Amino acid sequence: MPERVTEPQDKREPETERGLSQRIGVRSDAASSGAPALDGAPRAKRQAREAIFTLEEVQVSYGPKPAVRGVSFDIGMHEITALIGPSGCGKSTLIRVLNRMNDLIPGARVEGKVFYHGQDLYGSDVDAVEVRKRIGMVFQKPNPFPKSIYDNIAFGPRVLSMKGDMDEIVERALQQGALWEEVKDRLKTNAFGMSGGQQQRLCIARCLAVSPDVILMDEPCSALDPISTGKIEDLMMELKQQYSIVIVTHNMQQAARVSDKTAFFTVELDDEEHRSGRVVEFDDTDKIFTNPSDSRTEAYVTGKVG
Amino acid sequence: MSTRSEAIGKPSTSRRTKDTSFRVALLACVGISVLLLGVLLVDIVSDGAARLNLDFITSFSSISADQSGIQAALWGTIWIMGVCAIFIVPVGVATAIYLEEYADATRWYNRLIEVNIQNLAAVPSIVYGILGLAFLVRGPLSLGPVVLAGGLTLALLVLPVVIIAGREAIRAVPPSIREGSMALGATQWQTIWKQVLPAAIPGVATGVILALSRAIGETAPLIVVGAATFIAFNPDGLGADFTAMPIQIFDWISRPSNDVNDYRPLAAAGILLLMILLLAMNSVAIWLRNRYEQKW
Repeated sequence: MPERVTEPQDKREPETERGLSQRIGVRSDAASSGAPALDGAPRAKRQAREAIFTLEEVQVSYGPKPAVRGVSFDIGMHEITALIGPSGCGKSTLIRVLNRMNDLIPGARVEGKVFYHGQDLYGSDVDAVEVRKRIGMVFQKPNPFPKSIYDNIAFGPRVLSMKGDMDEIVERALQQGALWEEVKDRLKTNAFGMSGGQQQRLCIARCLAVSPDVILMDEPCSALDPISTGKIEDLMMELKQQYSIVIVTHNMQQAARVSDKTAFFTVELDDEEHRSGRVVEFDDTDKIFTNPSDSRTEAYVTGKVG
Repeated sequence: MSTRSEAIGKPSTSRRTKDTSFRVALLACVGISVLLLGVLLVDIVSDGAARLNLDFITSFSSISADQSGIQAALWGTIWIMGVCAIFIVPVGVATAIYLEEYADATRWYNRLIEVNIQNLAAVPSIVYGILGLAFLVRGPLSLGPVVLAGGLTLALLVLPVVIIAGREAIRAVPPSIREGSMALGATQWQTIWKQVLPAAIPGVATGVILALSRAIGETAPLIVVGAATFIAFNPDGLGADFTAMPIQIFDWISRPSNDVNDYRPLAAAGILLLMILLLAMNSVAIWLRNRYEQKW
């Protein structure tokens, strides 16, 4: 892995005109230097090499006009990166760029560069199915399959022909998803009988069962009550040890609570009143919420607009 | 303008009269159709109930009305329904999958296919009979007036029904299921085969049964295809001559009846049997739908 991650960094260095992500890189190094990385190495040293995604001037269009444009930042490994902003600012569109879910929407077009471990995610030799094996996704509304709890978890490993004992895989995934104790006695019952919060944790566990590298969460708690939301946030903090997480959220407190980095998006109107999203600021979550550089970020996170 | 404090009045008498008379008119329309059906049913039951017994089902057609039965036609119908089902399930479901999951609706040829399928469902059945005669019985395939030709002709006739029902069943599976599956790294085919189709099966099965229940009563296309009217043996394969229940009924009705040989009770009993079969098939369809339909 390390030899692959160096690549986007090399690519990044000479492009000084992209001021935003450059500045971000420097700032985040300094800010998070205290946090120890998993292997015990000081974070500051590894930070610059730990980007799992590098976005360069990404633009997504569903028609003639872009829905979101000019997005450039790095998403760090073993971090939770939150995408916040008002409705229609393109956060959900952007998160779907990261596992090529936009491929499924006819007419969706992605421009710019997205590097995943240094590899161009939209390169002609990249298989979108392979991408989604490694980059899992949890959706806004819990979407369990109309099958048993067991089969929901086992579906992924089965279609990917994963080796190993299926019972073990299912148990491990449910434990990681903090759901095992609640459902171990009713694995064969239909997942539709679970509560919304349990369904969403099932969807997270289902995603974990295929051992992804990254988990994308598109407003995972928007349909849940505060208690279920708290459970999922706790779970995210756990999962961060092993996975990199990108979360879209409407809930600023949630972003503040769980994330390490935050990207604030806003909606801009062009001359023809066409709305498109843009990144205003990307920085450490602490900084975004306490001392943002941009007045628009401040207005949003303090609740003056929104 | 009346003031706000004024009490809300009762509806005027003329409006209430209009409401009531409209309701009565609608009820009368319902009554007429139910009454007609009831009269038909009573008439047929009174004519045919006496003949509808085991002998009727186990006897072959005969010159003598007293000894006639419907066995050959019953088996003929079972055979052609079997051929029909075997053909329409894979072809209909595959077409529905293509149109719902793969076809790009903005392409002109996909729109053309779609419009044509909608229209084919409304084409008179005798046209399919002529098609079957020209292409299956004679012409390119030259199968002759056999079970296979009859079954395939009826299959062509009801295929649009299956395709439309299949598409509706597939469309009823929410996109979030497909997304959930694809997001796990499943291919589009795995997603369709293991998630979408299993969830759509109750709807597809219902559509197939309803299509077969339309096919079972079809007479015109089978007459054109050349089904036999008088057969005293059961079909023994796809290449066998056959007759079918509606044809047998038609034959009995069209024969001159007299005191010695009265074929009308036979026809009525045949109609009763056909209706019982139809009712049974539709009941299965309704049961399937209620039992397995997925609430999203």
